[in-house]
Amino acid sequence: MSGAVEIAGVGLHRFGRFDGTSVVDLGLVAVRAALADAGLRRGGFQAAYCGTVYSGVAAGHKVLTALGLTGVPIVNVEAGCASGAAALDLGVGAIRSGRYDCVLVFGMEKMPAGIIRSSFFEPWREEAGLAVTPAYFALRAQRLMRESGVTREMLADVSVKNHRNGVHNPDAMFRKEFSVEQVLSSALVCDPLTLFMMCSPNEGAAAVVLRRGGRGGVEIAASALRSHLPGSVLGEHTPLSGLIDDTAPPPTSLAARAAFEEAGLGPGDLDLCEVQDTDSARELNSYEELGLCGVGEAGPYYAAGHTQMGGALPVNASGGLLSKGEPLGASALGGIVELYRQLRGEAGARQVDGARVGLAHTVGRGANASVVILKR
Amino acid sequence: MSASRPVRDGLFRDCGDGTARLLGARCADCARYHFPRAEVCPYCSCDSCSAADLGPRGRLWLYTAVLRPPPGYRGVVPFGFGVVDLEEGVRIVARLTEGDPARLRSGQPMLLVVEHLHDDDGTRVETYAFAAAEEG
Ligand SMILES: [Zn+2]
Repeated sequence: MSGAVEIAGVGLHRFGRFDGTSVVDLGLVAVRAALADAGLRRGGFQAAYCGTVYSGVAAGHKVLTALGLTGVPIVNVEAGCASGAAALDLGVGAIRSGRYDCVLVFGMEKMPAGIIRSSFFEPWREEAGLAVTPAYFALRAQRLMRESGVTREMLADVSVKNHRNGVHNPDAMFRKEFSVEQVLSSALVCDPLTLFMMCSPNEGAAAVVLRRGGRGGVEIAASALRSHLPGSVLGEHTPLSGLIDDTAPPPTSLAARAAFEEAGLGPGDLDLCEVQDTDSARELNSYEELGLCGVGEAGPYYAAGHTQMGGALPVNASGGLLSKGEPLGASALGGIVELYRQLRGEAGARQVDGARVGLAHTVGRGANASVVILKR
Repeated sequence: MSASRPVRDGLFRDCGDGTARLLGARCADCARYHFPRAEVCPYCSCDSCSAADLGPRGRLWLYTAVLRPPPGYRGVVPFGFGVVDLEEGVRIVARLTEGDPARLRSGQPMLLVVEHLHDDDGTRVETYAFAAAEEG
């Protein structure tokens, strides 16, 4: 690895709904917090990368314009749910290449409510009723139930676990515990998924300052971004008709393999993970795709309690997207901010004791998947 | 009889006997089928694809139901949604005419049919869907 990269500071605008606040306002809060945390003054960073999906033209420029910090290269990045991770990946690469010593990475979003109308789908697919993202999630959930020993109760329990963790996260949107019965009896979205098993699109921002490593901070041990191979079915790219190859490794597995190799680490070295939990099944799917357990073992692996707080590998100590909500451009960096706080022992009541190595995962439309490994 | 149109041209063919065929293609290089038909193979990017009609018989793999109208959709709900393995070896994600998952089971034979979506200014708008077929 040529040139270590470390995190100099982080900032967050909590995730939720903030009527009357613009996406630029949200970004400003996160960016200012991260710059202050890193102790950066004017001229302290040489480039900025902004992840966002719905914010329109040159959104990142607007944030830095308001702060009088323009003049440096500013790149706005769209990669679906992995937008923030893609921005981070560019920043990490720029420092490693020797081009810059310090860069600002941020992400922000104000999402429309409800099932998101996505320009990803062509008009005929919308008209034919095929632009129905939760149904694709449901098919994936059903597949886990059939092939990986996952039960409806387990799907509900993932939501229970993440909401229980989220109670201790002041930056989360939903800070309330639910029972398995409450999750199962919430409105049916697409069988087997119920409303409380799905995350809410919402609003928020997150920022990370990266600098050349070696100062003893939290280090980016690996950053890997991958897209899907031709033909992978029931991946996050919401497979469309005609894609048949179910044997192709999904983008999450491609990214995980690359990240573990880059870091010289394996799943057994991890102390905690922040995993994409767009819905409960997505989290369980990720256990297999990341290699935390074997293919077909997500059910028994979950049932053994490894991923609970106090287990061998707590997953989504932050409460996950199920508690935080998912502001697309910000959500991936939200995972990085959580790991940074955990590795520094600053996570308060949700602290994972002795955390030294953490993995953050995002996957979304495209399909894009990102795996980032942090260590201290 | 009122006029009808497919939700998009070039997707499927109404065989007039209650069944439909998907207008797919097969790649001469990698031998894979794809749908909808494209000139360039989405698996290997070569451009030696030739037209191939797909269906109408397959078996259901995964299924759920859509209960509320998704964005841009004007037809009725609920409707079924699932993955069907066609006899040609291609796996298709599509609508199912059965909107109650309790009445479906994995592995059951399915038949490709034409389904009425909604009316657009007096014109029937139609798409392809899978219906449960008799065993055999
Ligand atoms: Zn081919």
